[in-house]
Amino acid sequence: MVYLTRKAEFAASHYYHNPDFSPEENQRLFGKCNNPNGHGHNYTLEVTVKGEVDPRSGFVVDLKQLKEVMHREVLDAMDHRFLNKEVPEFFQKIPTTENLAIAIWQRLDLKLQKAKLHRVRVYETQDLFVDFYGEE
Amino acid sequence: MKAHLTRRYRFSASHRLHSPELSAEENRAVYGKCNNPHGHGHNYALEVTVSGAVDPATGMVCNLVDLDSCVEQEVLSRYHLENLNTRQEFAVTVPTTENLCIQIFDILQRRFPHAHLETVRLEETMMNSFEYAGGKELIS
Repeated sequence: MVYLTRKAEFAASHYYHNPDFSPEENQRLFGKCNNPNGHGHNYTLEVTVKGEVDPRSGFVVDLKQLKEVMHREVLDAMDHRFLNKEVPEFFQKIPTTENLAIAIWQRLDLKLQKAKLHRVRVYETQDLFVDFYGEE
Repeated sequence: MKAHLTRRYRFSASHRLHSPELSAEENRAVYGKCNNPHGHGHNYALEVTVSGAVDPATGMVCNLVDLDSCVEQEVLSRYHLENLNTRQEFAVTVPTTENLCIQIFDILQRRFPHAHLETVRLEETMMNSFEYAGGKELIS
């Protein structure tokens, strides 16, 4: 088994708010991230796929196809967007880095052909990242 | 759904690698420059990985404020700008980055109740790092 990781960057804004909580509770729980005007990050996405090396091509996966799917499913949908307002997964769910990693996994898992997803890692900043390995 | 969250911190500390079980010559042979009696320092980078189900109400594995305050109180305030050899936990144990990594894991496992501690990864310099998962194999 060989693991291959492809990296991409996108910039997006978001804010954290749960309509079931009072304004005070939202403020206490989410702090500055609760500002309804949003704030932004430069996200770094690392997608790791796994598989056996094809003896004919020497590839685990067609990188071109992986790159295209990442662009179409993630970057086109999320780059320079306000996640809460423009990405359907976050009309209801809070766009934390945890939920972002899960949403990206689900988008990619549906579309990848030969490659088997191993891990989606999303860096919100250099000092914070989330890994999602799929549902157990 | 279960996710893993990793947070990165920094601290600086000094140490001297010297084992009382070895002779002076053996210490110099094993630890080289790190055996300098006056010690030397590093800017450490610490990565703490925790895991858990993402809470549907908050979208979080755990609140970062809780993790940050625990690491600050239990690790950074204990070691930042300190000489590791003067700490009681390194009175006998040599403060290699391996042992420091294990020590930090054990502290956080005892003191952080809000998510499951997966791994502690400690960079001593840009060129070397150590990782400890409580004796388990690493998952990634």
